[in-house]
Amino acid sequence: MYVNPRLEQRVVQSILWLFTAITVFILFYIIFFILKNGLPVLNYQFLTTNPTDMGKSGGIYSTIIGTIALTIGAILIATPLGVGTAIYLTEYTLESKITRVIRFGSECLAGIPSIIFGLFGFILFVTKLKFGWSILSGSLTLAFMILPTIIRTSEEALKSVPYNLREVSFSLGGTKWQTVTKVVLPSALPGIVTGVILSVGRSISETAAVIFTAGSALRIPTSIFSSSRTMAVHFYILAREGISMPNAYGTAAVLIIAILIINITAYRLMHKFMKKYS
Amino acid sequence: MTSNIAIESRDFSHFFGPLQTLKKINLQVFRNEILGIIGPAGSGKSTFLRSLNRLNDLVPGSRVEGTLKIDGKDIYAPDMSVVELRRKLGIVFATPVPLPRSIYENVAFGPKMAGVHSRRKLNELVADCLKQTTLWEEVKDRLDSSALKLSGGQQQRLCVARILALRPDYILLDEPCSGLDPISTMKIEESLRELKKQYTIILVTNNTKQAARVADRTAFFLSGEMIEIGQTEKIFTAPVDQRTNDYIVGRFG
Repeated sequence: MYVNPRLEQRVVQSILWLFTAITVFILFYIIFFILKNGLPVLNYQFLTTNPTDMGKSGGIYSTIIGTIALTIGAILIATPLGVGTAIYLTEYTLESKITRVIRFGSECLAGIPSIIFGLFGFILFVTKLKFGWSILSGSLTLAFMILPTIIRTSEEALKSVPYNLREVSFSLGGTKWQTVTKVVLPSALPGIVTGVILSVGRSISETAAVIFTAGSALRIPTSIFSSSRTMAVHFYILAREGISMPNAYGTAAVLIIAILIINITAYRLMHKFMKKYS
Repeated sequence: MTSNIAIESRDFSHFFGPLQTLKKINLQVFRNEILGIIGPAGSGKSTFLRSLNRLNDLVPGSRVEGTLKIDGKDIYAPDMSVVELRRKLGIVFATPVPLPRSIYENVAFGPKMAGVHSRRKLNELVADCLKQTTLWEEVKDRLDSSALKLSGGQQQRLCVARILALRPDYILLDEPCSGLDPISTMKIEESLRELKKQYTIILVTNNTKQAARVADRTAFFLSGEMIEIGQTEKIFTAPVDQRTNDYIVGRFG
């Protein structure tokens, strides 16, 4: 069957354009929908007072603190582990069976549903190790969840550091460790930071893994052994139990704005990084 | 230890996996001379240079046979400190590779890694090394600006200054002028003649005229073998081997 090439080009282009438009439309519609329902309850007081009456009234202050505490904990645990693994994989071993196994393992870790992480964290940290529902249990669980992202992005960042910089460092009498810490890591830092920031976004929005491990207590955590409720969990409970839809949307709006800010920052950093090394 | 022989290579061979890149090299380098090594691409001259400070060790599958002695010590002996060795033989690469740091930090990098932290000592060292490469007047007011902003010729002189800061005994140059304009090349060659008084220099170059201009003695490498070594003048006017002659007059290479 003969199709006029110009017509074919037109049709294909229109279909592809439509697909793109649908994707963008869905994204913007979600953001618009959340903001439309959430913004009316958003004000200074909503952000700075604690929830009262199970969240029916009052603000979301304690859940913001809970989210921040869990995220910081997860990042503090996952960053050294992830960056360390990436350094080992890129600088200290050659491509071999072992590195492939490590990489495959970390990629599988990325594919595990978060609810499984939640159950695993519940069994190991909450009950077996007796950390209880706590910031500690939640942070550890989240850390395992974001580990693959940090390993992958750090590895890419380390690999993009030109080989001859390493050679120069060695030729100037640098040891392996000095080369890694003084030459390779500083050059890879923007890329690593980008990966960490993306993981922050992931930790903030995580619900399933957190509800089983950090609990859902509506109070400001006082130590790493206090249980706490994050914004995402708060939204889930408010909406599911039908406690207060306006407050649920308010929480969602704060969450979405936070993630937008984080992603835009990460994107900017990445852009700056690429410009510097290309 | 006042022997005039600084480097001695005896039946030295090098392999990358199954590929033999150097075939039983026998040669000597004398103290305070400039030895030029010429030869076409792939002749093994850079591999030989990188064997001297064991930079080839970094490449997986690299293996050596025979002996390579520097100051009377076998540098491939198990008790050899590679870090010390590399401080003793500073190398300058074909393309200047400044570290993404300031001019000052580039020169101070080697000494700092060797444990020199006194600000006063470092300041003196940096100034001294930059003066020796005639870069001082050009950069003395902007030592803290990025080394990446320097021109190609300046960057290469910075790389020379950077290895001088190691206080080495040897300077290895791997086609140091291949990416430079004639004036920058002239400046580098001038500083080489000056540096010869204090250092033993090995200059790998695929610019035969450069070897003729600055080297005291010249060696000709071809396909991993050393074909001929002798006084530069003799190599260029009356070479013993026909292949040397063919290369010099430009019949191949």
